[in-house]
Amino acid sequence: MKKLINAPESVLADALKGVEAADRSVRVDHHNRVIYRAEPKADGKVAVISGGGSGHEPMHGGFVGYGMLDAACAGEVFTSPTPDQMQAATKEVDRGAGVLHIVKNYTGDVMNFEMAAEFAAAEAGVEVATVVTNDDVAVQDSLYTAGRRGVGVTVLLEKIVGAAAEEGRDLAAVTDLAHRVNDGGRSMGMALTSCTVPAAGKPTFDLPEDQMEIGIGIHGEPGRHRVPLAPAKDIAAQLVEPILADSDMAGPAIVMLNGMGGSPLLELYLMFGEVAPLLEKAGVDVARTLVGNYITSLDMAGCSLTVLRADDDMITLWDAPVQTAGLRWGR
Amino acid sequence: MVDSDDSSLFTLDTAKDWLDRFDAAVHEHKAHLTELDSAIGDADHGSNMARGVTAVNQAVAGAAPDTLDEMFKLVGMTLVSSVGGASGPLYGTFFLRFGVDAGATESLDGAGLAAALQAGLGGVAARGKAEQGDKTMIDAMAPALESFAAAIEAGDSLRDAARAAAEAAAKGRDATEPWEARKGRASYLGERSAGHIDPGAASTTLLFEALAAAQS
Repeated sequence: MKKLINAPESVLADALKGVEAADRSVRVDHHNRVIYRAEPKADGKVAVISGGGSGHEPMHGGFVGYGMLDAACAGEVFTSPTPDQMQAATKEVDRGAGVLHIVKNYTGDVMNFEMAAEFAAAEAGVEVATVVTNDDVAVQDSLYTAGRRGVGVTVLLEKIVGAAAEEGRDLAAVTDLAHRVNDGGRSMGMALTSCTVPAAGKPTFDLPEDQMEIGIGIHGEPGRHRVPLAPAKDIAAQLVEPILADSDMAGPAIVMLNGMGGSPLLELYLMFGEVAPLLEKAGVDVARTLVGNYITSLDMAGCSLTVLRADDDMITLWDAPVQTAGLRWGR
Repeated sequence: MVDSDDSSLFTLDTAKDWLDRFDAAVHEHKAHLTELDSAIGDADHGSNMARGVTAVNQAVAGAAPDTLDEMFKLVGMTLVSSVGGASGPLYGTFFLRFGVDAGATESLDGAGLAAALQAGLGGVAARGKAEQGDKTMIDAMAPALESFAAAIEAGDSLRDAARAAAEAAAKGRDATEPWEARKGRASYLGERSAGHIDPGAASTTLLFEALAAAQS
């Protein structure tokens, strides 16, 4: 393992020091491992927080700022944060209008946020609503499993819902919007290589040079199937088809071609060039786009595609000003 | 049926010894637990559990609790707030419920220990919304508790009951290997999760082996 670290145990603490040093628009609570906006939101506005394991940067800490998140709780690498972190963040960001928790559908994240909400209720005071994202079509959604994973749509949801909260919509409206965004979003990912978790010290899985893994999650968990490495245009089809097979995406959409952390932008743009015409051929009007590393998996090479069926309200909120380390426009 | 006082009761000292031995076992098997988790999860079970049990022993040493409920509530909360992932809430809830059921006492007899363990299992099942056969830690814990309770009911010593529990846990752990997971991250793999032992069942077996060692 070759990594820019001091020691595997101190990766998160050391990275948070860097976040603080790099970005004056946020402040870091090192004890609770929470990244806050340096300038809190105005009173009476709904606060939006998220969190999860580290290793997916810029998600979530890079999306803290005006127009997006009020705080992000950072867990250990690929491990969900703990309830006390979320409880501290929830109390800190509440401006009297309630707090929305954005949770990706992973068992650990769901359980820890659930406990945080239980503790917060026992303490009384803050009104908490929760949305659990589950957009990954690589996973079968059934009553007998933990359901689909929450992946790329989380980024788009944090932007759209963050704008709605900034605009002053109430907790019920913001929560309803969050559910609509999640319902309209679908994602599919693939990997060319495994990632290497610093504490594990070696790649999570072996992937031969001539193979790729389709339907990968964001933690190096194996995907749907392993197939021979193919040209980009074939990979694009293998991402687009399961999404369109799962949900009717005709009409305006926000589309993200996301890098998993180890693929250069040149390749991501190349992939987008293959994906866009496939979507348009299927009646998807690619109204807004993101191409780049937004929800990563450490040093994994590969990409994921997220398509969000978007109404006018979502597109207006998408275009609203945002000022974070990971997304910034209009302000 | 001639037992010394030491082995007929689960005392505060036994509890501390249990946690010490669990700590040592988790550190010894840290790489193996992570290896199991790499196959079907996200390669962090060993490091997460190691971080948790280290924090537990520091907390217990610092607070010097003098009843079992005080001790295990502390253990539970420490795990919840230091482990993260799914293992934090699951192991944390196990010990929290164990402590609540044990109550403000310095020791438990066999039946009392069986009841406290059972309360812990109830917490794990409720928190994880899982049942036996889902390929989770419950598949080691449930048979362990069944064997433990049966042995106590048959009049066995606490030591023998704990040994039976550890053996049943190991059997339950091994039985998870061919199964498809239905809960947790491994469930996202469907049939590809078959052929691997569940990491949670593996760490749970360490917990019961530690109990058997502490009780002997």
